[in-house]
Amino acid sequence: MTATMTAPRQRSPLYFAWRRFAANKAAVVAGGVLTILVLMAAFAPLITKTGPSDQSFLTQALSFPSGEFWFGVDDLGRDFFTRIVYGARVSLTIGFTAAAFSVLIGIPLGAIAGYYGGRADWVVMRLIELFSVVPPLLAAMLLGALTQGGFFTIVLIAALFGWVQVCLLVRAQIKAFKEKEFVRAAQALGATPGYIIRRHLIPNSISPIIVGFVLAIPLAMMLEASLSFLGIGVPPPTPSWGQMINTGMNFMYFYWHLAVFPTAALAITVLATTLFGDGLRDALDPTLKGR
Amino acid sequence: MMRFILGRLASIALTFFVVSVIIFLMMHAVPGGPFDGNDMPVSDAVKAKLNASLGLDRPLYVQYFSYMAGVLRFDFGIPFQSPGETVVDLLARAWPPSLLLGGLGVVIGAPLGILLGMAAALRRNTWIDYLASAFATLGLTIPVFVTSMMLILVFAVWLNWLPSSGWGKPNSWILPVIAYATIPMATYARYTRSAMLDVLNKPFVTVLRAKGLSERRIIFQHVLRNAALPMVTVFLPMFIGTATGSIFVEAMFRVPGLGAYFVSSIELRDYPLEMALILLITLMFCLAYLISDIVYALLNPRIRFGEGRK
Repeated sequence: MTATMTAPRQRSPLYFAWRRFAANKAAVVAGGVLTILVLMAAFAPLITKTGPSDQSFLTQALSFPSGEFWFGVDDLGRDFFTRIVYGARVSLTIGFTAAAFSVLIGIPLGAIAGYYGGRADWVVMRLIELFSVVPPLLAAMLLGALTQGGFFTIVLIAALFGWVQVCLLVRAQIKAFKEKEFVRAAQALGATPGYIIRRHLIPNSISPIIVGFVLAIPLAMMLEASLSFLGIGVPPPTPSWGQMINTGMNFMYFYWHLAVFPTAALAITVLATTLFGDGLRDALDPTLKGR
Repeated sequence: MMRFILGRLASIALTFFVVSVIIFLMMHAVPGGPFDGNDMPVSDAVKAKLNASLGLDRPLYVQYFSYMAGVLRFDFGIPFQSPGETVVDLLARAWPPSLLLGGLGVVIGAPLGILLGMAAALRRNTWIDYLASAFATLGLTIPVFVTSMMLILVFAVWLNWLPSSGWGKPNSWILPVIAYATIPMATYARYTRSAMLDVLNKPFVTVLRAKGLSERRIIFQHVLRNAALPMVTVFLPMFIGTATGSIFVEAMFRVPGLGAYFVSSIELRDYPLEMALILLITLMFCLAYLISDIVYALLNPRIRFGEGRK
């Protein structure tokens, strides 16, 4: 601590990013909630007493929340708390995997469009336009019917519509960086475009990539929930919040717990991820704020 | 300017054509046909005859061009799931309720959102700002069927103030309209806030203040006018967005609108209706972006020489 008194210590940009993030209370709380959700999903078997599809409580089907059944029992005799916890697993896995695929599609396309410009840029921009005029939900419904739904299909569908944001962020960043002196120097030294993109431009785009990744997660989770709600998402024995909301709708007037808990779970998860992503964006790259 | 408009028009027409081909191919690639359902099993011979009578045995490209030729004549075919009417009749019957509720939602939500965003920008970092931002984030992140579910639970099930579903009496419209209004309201609250803060920090506002202009005139005559640009461009896409939102809102509130047909046309392989619905939505989005681009370019000369919408 005395060192700071004598001379201003050099701080890494990461330190300042962390300071900015820590100052954003909503983002910190959201990060905490998200961590709890991830831990809950990862260690689901340790915190629940039965499996997610075990109809162990058929005689107590539809019972209300109590000390024994925290969230009650659903219509098919399954412990509803267990279903909600395992639902986090489905939702988060799909969110993170889809976001990862979005980044994998978005980076190369964004890099090519940003670095080469001209015709390559035109093609990528038309591709993005293509995806912006088709409502994701309708295309997802059609793709879902085409591939008969399922876990991996939803990840692919979400990634197919999630890459646009990442691509635009990467493209903008690379466009801004490709005129810088160090890139010029690398070009003069005979570095190939591929090398420059990999070695210089992508490492410099790491902030928008992280931001794009985190912001793609809630979109994927919402798409999964919407599709499952419509009955063309994750197939039934696997617990999915969207699916549970749909079931809960039928019991809403009396057995309210079947509707309330999945609704709240989905809302909290999506909200926490979005707030965390917004906080990360503002912390990593203050110039992106409000975009 | 003319070159810019023609360029955008050509590019959007190309996009629309490509989308129509892809959608048509995807639609037919979905396994099964309109007569493979389990409700009325028919023999293969009958199925072949039915398919032939509807022209479904022809090569796909022939089917595509004959359908699109019909579309140009405003003939979208006959829906398989209700053969007594044309697709246009069905749309004329089912669209008005959706349009009414969605339109009311936008018309009520957008001005409220603008007011909320203005209040948040002018009272920055006060409780109004935090409340508005919290609401905007909630409205934009929570799926519309979750919002609808909460509305039903609170106002219909627990408080018993309003009917949860139905159609006919205007008081059954209130909850769906609120559900529709959240997204425009949240979108506008967010856009207005950031656009106004952007403008408020510009040097010309300081100059106006230094000149001694009243704060009211600065806000309404200068800041709001300059902040209006990004707000104009989001309006049309958002309005059309209510069409896909109707899938959920109408399912939740049991409204006899267009929403249910999006799902049923895909499930029943009702090709003419499916194609008509997706084409219409896509066309509206294309036109909305085109209009937004043109309005944007008219208002902002820098765009004309740049690259258009991001």
